[in-house]
Amino acid sequence: MRSSGQIEHGAALDDPFAGEAAAEVISDRHEAEFQALIDSDQRIEPRDWMPDGYRKSLIRQIAQHAHSEIIGMQPEGNWITRAPSLRRKAILMAKVQDEAGHGLYLYCAAETLGVDRAELIDLLHQGRQKYSSIFNYPTLTWADVGAIGWLVDGAAITNQIPLCRCSFGPYARAMVRVCKEESFHQRQGFESLYALSHGTPEQHEMAQDAVNRWWWPSVEMLGPPDAESTHSAQSTAWGIKRYSNDELRQRFVDMVAPQAVVLGLTPPDPELRWNEDRGHYDFGEPDFEELRRVVSGDGPCNRQRAAHHLAAHEEGAWVRAAAAAYAAKHPATSAAA
Amino acid sequence: MVAGAAAVYALRLADDCLVLSHRLAQWSSRAPTLEDDVALTNIALDLLGQARGLYARTAELDGTGRSEDDYAFMRGEREFINCLLVEQENGDFAATIVRQLLCSTFQLAQWQALTTSTDGPVSAVAAKAAKETSYHRDHATDWTLRLGDGTDESHRRMESALAAMWPFTAELFESDAVAREAGALGVGPDPATLRPEWEGYIRRVLGDATLVMPESTWTPSGGREGLHTECFGYMLAEMQHLHRSFPGVTW
Repeated sequence: MRSSGQIEHGAALDDPFAGEAAAEVISDRHEAEFQALIDSDQRIEPRDWMPDGYRKSLIRQIAQHAHSEIIGMQPEGNWITRAPSLRRKAILMAKVQDEAGHGLYLYCAAETLGVDRAELIDLLHQGRQKYSSIFNYPTLTWADVGAIGWLVDGAAITNQIPLCRCSFGPYARAMVRVCKEESFHQRQGFESLYALSHGTPEQHEMAQDAVNRWWWPSVEMLGPPDAESTHSAQSTAWGIKRYSNDELRQRFVDMVAPQAVVLGLTPPDPELRWNEDRGHYDFGEPDFEELRRVVSGDGPCNRQRAAHHLAAHEEGAWVRAAAAAYAAKHPATSAAA
Repeated sequence: MVAGAAAVYALRLADDCLVLSHRLAQWSSRAPTLEDDVALTNIALDLLGQARGLYARTAELDGTGRSEDDYAFMRGEREFINCLLVEQENGDFAATIVRQLLCSTFQLAQWQALTTSTDGPVSAVAAKAAKETSYHRDHATDWTLRLGDGTDESHRRMESALAAMWPFTAELFESDAVAREAGALGVGPDPATLRPEWEGYIRRVLGDATLVMPESTWTPSGGREGLHTECFGYMLAEMQHLHRSFPGVTW
């Protein structure tokens, strides 16, 4: 039986001072039911009772994820008008469009928790909500598009596959579709880099240079080391997070290290090697100081990405105002549209 | 008889699609709503697919065996034979929507007529494109209504956009030896025959949007002979730079 989410008032009828104590009892019972659902690996749905902290934590995480999809359109979109073949251009346009679509599902998932998209976008513009720090690096050559697909989408999938089983239903369901599309993007990125790596010496050099620049930021994308991760313990107890940052990082390196061999490209980590005893790859220590610097706003493109999004949003204000004015004048047509 | 009329006719269609696709794709991450970012890219992708199908057919018809990338990336400005309207810069969202309304209404009429083309591959592209383009026209129509009949500012911006784009519509319906030959061979409609349907639809939508159909004494032309507006050279320079920097490689 699922919690109905309805509050029962019966206990407070006779004694006016019994209300507070009764509310506490009810709250405790809700909390117990909520935790029981999570512990039995069931999903929490939007109408179910949930602790405020759970709601806030999910809004923060889903919004950050949605913002990442939207800001992530910029570095790759940077190459749409210069894509070197019509086939690559079509693939890239479809990919950037998928990212906009992911942003849409995720904002919708956040809306089920009682915030609206406009509020979240404002928080992004005010710098009070973040997006993935990886998108604060520039895409300097065509090979960067392939490197982002292979490494950045690879790291994103590593992070997101466990989220398909996260405790909040709308987020988990959105992630199922997002992960399918991300897996496709990762293969496309790999294939694009493969073509460059096995092309002319100049193309190979372009691919290697892109991997040199994107490798470490991608390894850092899995988050700060476990000892310093601020939200991890509570998120784990709530069934939002299932594996630690360091576990996910290991999983990511284990996935991409053998792929690099097939690509014929060398990751810029002299300590990267297979460890027979552990059954995993060993790898060097990421520069978490740099991650902190970029997250806190001093990466190469933080200011540019934020300014681009804000400018597009402000330039579109008159269009959104016109749509609202039209809807007010023509309620029937607008409802049907 | 015009030598190679069918090939030139197909290439005109293809260039219109490619250039308009490129312009719309420039909106990526810049649209006024996330939904429209998705929609504009989607339309751009449809147009790119149409262009690719038509370049493949052109290569068979003109016998050169060129690849789609040869057509897109290795021709200069004077060799592109798209109409001038599709190459006009995006401007604000109103300008893009007006350009899109004028183009998609023309293209829809053209694709519908092309579904009965005597050229099998062209009619196959047209059958798919007609379905896609009816959505493009719906999207442009919906926004024309909202912006025309929205706020004072949106109405004013739509008037300016119409004034700027309208002169380039005359060229869409120009008839020449290639168009007449294609019409006579049953390859595709002479564009001049599409005007009444186009004008009827545009007049109705603009009226519903409280906008007035402009008149223009200036009717620029030349795109079909490779004489373009200045903005087109910059677009091609950006689009072709990377491809041309690495001659002959595989991407």
